[in-house]
Amino acid sequence: MKEEDILALGELARIELSSVEVERFSKDIEAILGYVASVRGLAEGISSEPKLGVIANVFREDENPHEPGLYTEDLLNLAPSRKGQYVEVKKILGE
Amino acid sequence: MTEKQTIASMRTQLLSGAETVSGLAEKSLSVIAQKDGEVRAYVDVFSDVREKAEILDMRIKNEGEKMPSLLGIPVAMKGNILIKGKRATASSKMLENYIAPYSATVTERLEKAGALFIGSTNMDEFAMGSSTENSAFFTTKNPLDLSRVPGGSSGGSAAAVAMGSVPVALGTDTGGSIRLPASFCGLVGLKPTYGAVSRYGLIAMGSSLDQAGPLTHTVADAETVFDVIRGQDNYDATSYGEGVYEDVSVKEAYNIGVPYTLLEGMEADVREVFDASVALLKSQGHTVVDVSLPLMKSGLAAYYVVMPAEVSSNLSRYDGMRFGLHVGGANLLEDYRKTRAQGFGAEVKRRILLGTYVLSSGYYDAYYRTAEKVRDLMREEFRTAFSTVDCILTPTAPMPAFKIGEKGDPLSMYLADIFTVSANLTGVPALSVPCGEVVREGVRLPIGIQFMAPHNGERRLLDIGKRYRGE
Repeated sequence: MKEEDILALGELARIELSSVEVERFSKDIEAILGYVASVRGLAEGISSEPKLGVIANVFREDENPHEPGLYTEDLLNLAPSRKGQYVEVKKILGE
Repeated sequence: MTEKQTIASMRTQLLSGAETVSGLAEKSLSVIAQKDGEVRAYVDVFSDVREKAEILDMRIKNEGEKMPSLLGIPVAMKGNILIKGKRATASSKMLENYIAPYSATVTERLEKAGALFIGSTNMDEFAMGSSTENSAFFTTKNPLDLSRVPGGSSGGSAAAVAMGSVPVALGTDTGGSIRLPASFCGLVGLKPTYGAVSRYGLIAMGSSLDQAGPLTHTVADAETVFDVIRGQDNYDATSYGEGVYEDVSVKEAYNIGVPYTLLEGMEADVREVFDASVALLKSQGHTVVDVSLPLMKSGLAAYYVVMPAEVSSNLSRYDGMRFGLHVGGANLLEDYRKTRAQGFGAEVKRRILLGTYVLSSGYYDAYYRTAEKVRDLMREEFRTAFSTVDCILTPTAPMPAFKIGEKGDPLSMYLADIFTVSANLTGVPALSVPCGEVVREGVRLPIGIQFMAPHNGERRLLDIGKRYRGE
């Protein structure tokens, strides 16, 4: 796998990669893909979609919500940065 | 505490008054003080152990024989299982300071049954690895040979039990992470049927594969813990209750299938130990036959497509905004990239990148979709096999515990999972029990065998396991 492909995957996965990592992962992932490529021929001629598990579409009634704010403090306290009742993040749109 | 102190023996002592929970707690802490400096099974030993033990001693006085099955039993928890108010790090820098805001369902069930949580154990970061060498904090050593790994990813849990600090530890198993350390440390390890145990409150790795289960000295103890943690849970839509799967019967004698073609090329003495186990099972009245599972050898390849795909999705939640590590950059995108660069270790990054690749539009069909189809074919293959055999038997791993640092490249590490991943891909339950020893460099090292049964077949596994072990 080319180093530029690893960089592209890093962009997609939102991980900044050092040049050492790029070199190492391009070799590692090449080898791993070589190994897992053996699956590619196994399902030839099988047109059916993969099946889901035996349990599907488990829903509950949309009722009995918990008291508003019950968990707010617990969860907001975990945020690296908060502003009042909000998680604070950097501006997404430009000035 | 003796090395082989079990849940059953502790309960007898507690009920007779020969021992108190506080006494058990002191012994547990003293083993940790003596041995954990070298073994390093624990990331955290909890500060409230003595206080909690006193409360449990009061409960024994009040409840006596009626006390629940784990009352006062010291338990270690893998570092990816949430206990409200305790640190849950998954042995990652990303969660180094993460305090769980709620408890996992397994935690609540163990607590209700009276368990005394001693500490949280080391693991491969986010459960990715087979040795605990991928922990961001330190490597856990095998208590039976300190130059060797305890297996992984639940290596800290296995070492905690094997060194005698607790009779049981909870682990999680995505591709063998309970069974491999059980095999390497001479313990019993149970990976339940997918959905038998709630995943609510486990730090997710591969959500269609993950299950929590016990590591213990005896099969009977594994059963006691399984009975506490199993069962449908409203917080996990994939957990199941009664009536979803057929009952899997317990029998006088079992017809056991061994996929012999898979065993070719194993280390010779490991194979001898396995063959001796087969002979023992036959002498116990069971039949052992060759069973054809041609896709099982492709399982590992399918697993290393499906699992990284799920990893890349699950770990996208670590964005440095809501919880966990935050590393600031010039803008929001830089925040993500720097947080994830510093928060994740090499193996985690490798699997996220691999997962991103197999899910990307040009390769999705060739890899991910094909691997899911192979998984379907494997389920069918197992169903067919279970129409003729009651359970499937393999070694748990093709080798005993390897040396720390021995498996340098990731692919050779992955091969340790060759026998275990099929149970996760197909969802069937699997039990690893100690079956013998081999000698490496003058040290006797344990070997495990693995029994697999149809979905919901834990009773059968536990039955055959107890009989095999002479319990």
